[in-house]
Amino acid sequence: MQEKMTQVKMEEIRCGETPITVLRFAGDITSASQAAVLGTYQGISNTTKRILLDFSDVDYLNSSGIALVIQMLIAASKTGQIIQTFGLKPHFQKVFTMVGITKYTTIYPDEKTACAAFSS
Amino acid sequence: MDEHRSSIELRLPSRLGFEKVAMDTAASVAHLMGFGADRIEDLKTAISEACINAMEHGNKLDETLCVSVILSMDANSLEVKVVDTGDGPKEHAVRPDIDKKMHEEETARGMGMFLIESLVDEVEWVSSPHRGSYARMIIRLHPANNNSKAQEK
Repeated sequence: MQEKMTQVKMEEIRCGETPITVLRFAGDITSASQAAVLGTYQGISNTTKRILLDFSDVDYLNSSGIALVIQMLIAASKTGQIIQTFGLKPHFQKVFTMVGITKYTTIYPDEKTACAAFSS
Repeated sequence: MDEHRSSIELRLPSRLGFEKVAMDTAASVAHLMGFGADRIEDLKTAISEACINAMEHGNKLDETLCVSVILSMDANSLEVKVVDTGDGPKEHAVRPDIDKKMHEEETARGMGMFLIESLVDEVEWVSSPHRGSYARMIIRLHPANNNSKAQEK
């Protein structure tokens, strides 16, 4: 059996005048996703200060996948980047809250709301 | 579903990814038993984490060793035992300290046991290297006082 591949698409958007980099995840996020998740994140310039994580198409996220999100948050905090999150299914919102990640990234219901929070 | 207890046993190779077979089977059983969607998601995550622990830490990802998943159900509850050939967990589940993780004073991983304990109504860790160490989880259709751990968190 093969795990469902992690796909990560990087996209530059603007919310009003504010440039934002969006990482759009799809598939599974597990220990096998390290290269896809952290590798893509490392491709973002340090000059980028606003990043959105889009989990709308993520089917399966386990504790090893959550650890990768934490590693992204650690790296972002070192370069002064702000990471916000949207598209998480309600169960994973609960899990993120349980482990405390929501202290370091806010979960928004959708892209529009997350963008608006960046530009406000 | 009948009043008597019936069971299903799966034997999974210790290869990451196969935990999803247990997740999907348990979700089907829980659906048949009448569990709601939220509780089924809790169960799926708990079983996934237990299977991953068994594969990684119990069986050291040796694909010749199986992880057994035994689902036993009666009218009110579903019990899941996840059995491996290891010595059982050496530590208790600890609530993750996100500040320590963010300051790299604690590994970013190591949240599986905490999630299991948070998401099911009852959990027991049994160390029995010769007979098979296991995690035993119970999720109830009607938790006492309608106050499950997952709802408390």
